[in-house]
Amino acid sequence: MADKVHVKTVINGEAVEFLCEPRDSLLEVLRDNLMLTGAKEGCNNGNCGACSVILNGRLVNSCLVLGAEIEGKEVETVEGLAEPNKLHPIQDAFLENAALQCGVCTPGFLMAAKALLNENPNPTEHDVRFWLAGNLCRCTGYDKIVRAVLDAAETMSTEVNA
Amino acid sequence: MRAFEYTSPKTVSEAADLLAEKGDLARVLAGGTDLIVQVREGKRHLERIVDIKDIPEANVLSYDPQAGLHLGSAVPCYKIYGDKAISAAFPALADSTHIIGGTAIQGRAAVGGNLCNASPAADTIPALIVLEATCIIAGTNGTREIPVEQFCTAPGITVLQNGEFLESLKVPAPKSNSSSFYLRFIPRNEMDIAVVGAGASVVLDDAKESIVSARIALAAVAPTPLFAEEASVLLAGRAASDESAIEEAAEAAKTIARPISDMRGSAEQRVHLVGVLTKRALNGAIQRVKES
Repeated sequence: MADKVHVKTVINGEAVEFLCEPRDSLLEVLRDNLMLTGAKEGCNNGNCGACSVILNGRLVNSCLVLGAEIEGKEVETVEGLAEPNKLHPIQDAFLENAALQCGVCTPGFLMAAKALLNENPNPTEHDVRFWLAGNLCRCTGYDKIVRAVLDAAETMSTEVNA
Repeated sequence: MRAFEYTSPKTVSEAADLLAEKGDLARVLAGGTDLIVQVREGKRHLERIVDIKDIPEANVLSYDPQAGLHLGSAVPCYKIYGDKAISAAFPALADSTHIIGGTAIQGRAAVGGNLCNASPAADTIPALIVLEATCIIAGTNGTREIPVEQFCTAPGITVLQNGEFLESLKVPAPKSNSSSFYLRFIPRNEMDIAVVGAGASVVLDDAKESIVSARIALAAVAPTPLFAEEASVLLAGRAASDESAIEEAAEAAKTIARPISDMRGSAEQRVHLVGVLTKRALNGAIQRVKES
């Protein structure tokens, strides 16, 4: 068995160090080593987006990143989205629009939506649907999810302009 | 996943040595969107992964209207379609990088990786072929260059020898009055693998009325992506508005397709699609020149 890798990284703004096997995915490291179980394992091959996290500002599937690769990088997961006692506007919009049913895809959708709004604060419905194509909801609640993201965009741009 | 060793060399020569030492049991990691899945599913048995993302040469992304594009093999898709100057100069490359997987895949997957994975259905390869890209291959004895249409030799197999890896790609600057286009047929709107893909580039005369030269390339209709050379050549000197010329090129492209039937489509459907997509790619490229 290969030697364990010592990784220093930043997760949700906090410096983190861990040991992992070279073959451990970032998803496995988050869930099993660091107990950050928000990102979910769906397909484990990059199709479903349930494991979506933001790595150095880009949306990625954490099942397709090795834990060893995040040395010196920054990771954002759904656990870092809300402030203490205050949900993120995207989370609020998901609740208001009932944009979740079983909830397994939700953390991935939230992170994908955050990455979208970071890059494009005023997306059209087409932009949202195209961007979220890599996140699957098997309860098929897509319309509510798209509406929630558009609502969040509106709330967030109003907050910025207020 | 079976155990392997993870290495992240900082230089080209270090990477070549790490690869040479393990031969077929070592493989380069760029975006990992193919490789990690292959290892996890047991389709590839590796003892060593060589992550090239810390190597400066593999991360180059520079475009100059005279010198053209220098694209490091580890540069992810989003950086290409996200760059306005590069997208404007090489539209076929922007078309193809924008439809590979979804947002999260495009955040990691590299054009160089798409090429080295050597799928017959790879979307970026026809784009690279019509744009006349050159592969810069690094090895333990320095670098060598080959045209991209010679890079893939069979499904999943390339010309890379033991200890070699794709360092970067060079794409010549676009000629005046030229443009390019890539499209594919899939039964869904996105997030799918090409049933057939077709790329085209055209150079028109100054009046933008006749075709000076053209290049057509196809994906998913043979063991490797194909450069449809004969179909390309017969367009030289023809009027850009001459639908019969476009039709002839499409028919010629169909003759080199030798597809299989599989779950994505029958051989007969694929040959038909070559005709349809070749025409659309050519007309799309011509339209882009006229609009420029």
